[in-house]
Amino acid sequence: MEMDRTVVAEERPTIIDTVTGAIRENYLNANYGLKSWFLTVDHKRIAILYLISITLFFFLGGSFAVMIRLELITPQGDLVQAETYNKLFTMHGIVMVFFFLIPSIPAVLGNFLVPIMIGARDMAFPRLNLASWYIYVVGGLFTLGAMIAGGIDTGWTFYTPYSTSFSNTYVIATGLGIFVVGFSSILTGLNFIVTIHKMRAPGLTWFRLPLFIWSNYATSIIMVLGTPVIAVTILLVALERGLHIGIFDPALGGDPILFQHLFWFYSHPAVYIMILPAMGVISELVACFSRRRVFGYKFVAFASLGIAVIGFLVWGHHMFVSGQSSYAGMIFSFLSFIVAIPSAIKVFNWTATMYKGSISYDTPMLYVMGFIGLFTIGGLTGLFLACLGVDIHVHDTYFIVAHFHYIMVGGTIMAYLGGIHFWWPKITGRMYPEGWGKFSALLIFVGFNLTFFPQFLLGYLGMPRRYYAYPQEFQVLNVMSSAGASVLGVGYLLPLVYFLWSLRYGRIAGSNPWKATGLEWQTSSPPPTENFLATPVVTEEPYQYSPEETEAEYAMTKKENVNV
Amino acid sequence: MSETHSSLVAHQFDDGVQQKQATTLGMWVFLITEIMFFGGLILAYTVYRIKYPEEFHHASKHLDYVMGTVNTCILLCSSLTMAFAVHAAQEGKRKLTMIFIVVTMVLGAAFLGVKGWEYYTKYTDHLIPGPNYDLNHLWEGAGLLPKTQLFFSLYFAMTGLHAFHMLIGLGLMTWLFVKTKRGRFSKEYFNPVEVCGLYWHFVDIVWIFLFPLLYLVDRSH
Amino acid sequence: MIEHSEPHIVPKKTYYIVFATLMILLFVTVAMAFVPLGPFNIYVAMAIAITKAVLVVLYFMHVRYSNRLIWVAAGAGFVWLVILLAFTLADYSSRGWIKVPGK
Repeated sequence: MEMDRTVVAEERPTIIDTVTGAIRENYLNANYGLKSWFLTVDHKRIAILYLISITLFFFLGGSFAVMIRLELITPQGDLVQAETYNKLFTMHGIVMVFFFLIPSIPAVLGNFLVPIMIGARDMAFPRLNLASWYIYVVGGLFTLGAMIAGGIDTGWTFYTPYSTSFSNTYVIATGLGIFVVGFSSILTGLNFIVTIHKMRAPGLTWFRLPLFIWSNYATSIIMVLGTPVIAVTILLVALERGLHIGIFDPALGGDPILFQHLFWFYSHPAVYIMILPAMGVISELVACFSRRRVFGYKFVAFASLGIAVIGFLVWGHHMFVSGQSSYAGMIFSFLSFIVAIPSAIKVFNWTATMYKGSISYDTPMLYVMGFIGLFTIGGLTGLFLACLGVDIHVHDTYFIVAHFHYIMVGGTIMAYLGGIHFWWPKITGRMYPEGWGKFSALLIFVGFNLTFFPQFLLGYLGMPRRYYAYPQEFQVLNVMSSAGASVLGVGYLLPLVYFLWSLRYGRIAGSNPWKATGLEWQTSSPPPTENFLATPVVTEEPYQYSPEETEAEYAMTKKENVNV
Repeated sequence: MSETHSSLVAHQFDDGVQQKQATTLGMWVFLITEIMFFGGLILAYTVYRIKYPEEFHHASKHLDYVMGTVNTCILLCSSLTMAFAVHAAQEGKRKLTMIFIVVTMVLGAAFLGVKGWEYYTKYTDHLIPGPNYDLNHLWEGAGLLPKTQLFFSLYFAMTGLHAFHMLIGLGLMTWLFVKTKRGRFSKEYFNPVEVCGLYWHFVDIVWIFLFPLLYLVDRSH
Repeated sequence: MIEHSEPHIVPKKTYYIVFATLMILLFVTVAMAFVPLGPFNIYVAMAIAITKAVLVVLYFMHVRYSNRLIWVAAGAGFVWLVILLAFTLADYSSRGWIKVPGK
């Protein structure tokens, strides 16, 4: 294979600069024009397409959140009607869950990095990869259309019988959008599984894989096994709503709780679709910025698979207050506690990785530390909710809202932003401005906590979710939350600005600005279309960092500075 | 290795073996998603069959089990001919592959024909769920069991989804036929035939379960 | 993953035997539906269906001659289907075990 690559390099001399020996051609300048992007089969370009589209959806979902927080500044409903408010939180949830969080890390960073990290030229099925982006876009346009036409007010959970028999909004159209986008997720997962199994470079055994690959593999398993169930469930909701077939309609003998089982069979594991790739990002980053091997590599790797599997056995904890039997509730409660074990293994191992490391506080590392803290809070409050008794008290209150935002925003989005900062020089070949990076990371951390910590208190005091008005005594905490949200908003807008700025003015990064290990740092930035000039051969385990070496280097430079 | 990197091997693969293994695994992973897709319906079926045993028992008797048996025979035969098509492709026999693909398609179409006829009789018997649903005129005991419609909802959802998969299968077969006719496959490269075969057999397996679940709910009394 | 690159060609005779078995099982399952077995009807029907499915998977779909990964893939689908069914039915079958209304 290597011979093959050298032949290519010789046949196409333009790819190598004759003077410096540097690689000139990369995936961005290989060819130009809209067609070269919209018909590309290059996984890196498809990642960019995803990056742009999910960013649009992120800010769309964010603007719904802005409206929600504005409305909740005052106890009475004054900005929007109750119906509009219902639509706002529904569309916020649908856009953020199905069109941002689920595709975020796998479809952008995963798409870009998985083939490079395993030393492959592309995904196993490049055209399928492009198809999955188009399917995403079609699903997205469908849902957007439904929102423009009038929106949907069922909550992102589509609970029956409200969604099938009572809601007067665009349930079927939105549902079809989600049905379609599900296939995009399935195809991405399928592509990852086959790619990781069959496309690894010579010498790249399973235990030499970066942990990012392990976690994306675990995520893909959930995508492939879970997503079809939500697809068929939404199909049944549409049939029930359109044709009244009776499957979820008690009047015709149907059972709405069956819907909840089917819905959460996917939608609980979907939480792990969101958080597992984030954990993979954190494993990469924490090792690089602590200059240490990931502590307990195999435990972290198997914890990913453990979470993927056990994550399928806990869905009933969303149904403690429904008609589910108490015995089933006990089983689901117990298993929900079990799933905390692999998550805790990861948190402990990341902290142990940092221990005695040579830590540098670059922007990605700030996100890592933010993630570890916030994810821990999110995870531990999850244990409160897994308790049958506590859950009955706080079910459907702001406690739940705060809990899952700590996981999804404090966890996934922190890791996503950390990852984007870390791999930005690889993706674009340019550095982002470090000072602004640190500043916005700090803003996001402060803003996030100010937004969501008060919601724990609100929930515990009894404020229910999904209401546009609330009693007077909850106002102070709500105002705090809204104030935090505006800080958070600024924190999210800043990276958008400076990332765009860096495309033109950012410092040239070079192939390995972080002195990181991993195959993606051994190719040029941005990488050439086929990723490597010659297929790499892997001979060692990942994360060959040494804190001692880094400290020695640091001492040297310090001494030199003193001498000067 | 460069000589095996022929036009038959896509650029991302090193050689034909890797490509073959990847596509086969890809199809299997896809079939897993299909199992879960039908799984949601099978769950709904199971829950309601346990909840309404009498309704399911009596409603099921209004399906024509002879038609169902004939259709199962047709599908099993099509699986055999599909296996022969793959066999012929493995041996590089182009003409024979084409013949078996056509026979498989004819059997698949016959299945859909029988299914269509059954749907039509359900329509004339007012057994399609909705405002016109009426089992009373066929069976006087229906008044005591008002939830029989649920059985027919599931019947149409499950067989309808299965028929849709058959249609996709026929589409795949047409594509295979054209590719075979143009001589794209050989002893060395016949993976698409094999992978489409996997799909076809899977759709057959779904029917193997649907048939007893829907048509054979205890016909002894 | 070491694997023989030569495709395994299953003899036609095997296909005929499997097909004949499938047909016999089909008629057995239809015949069993007319035997009064009460609640066991479904178990017999499913046992026969699973046998038929396994035959198709092993021989027509060549899993018998495939590597371990394909075995795992084929098995995973069924295991997860069982998870979906078992946990949901665990709820439905334990309803009303304790005297709390609605539980």
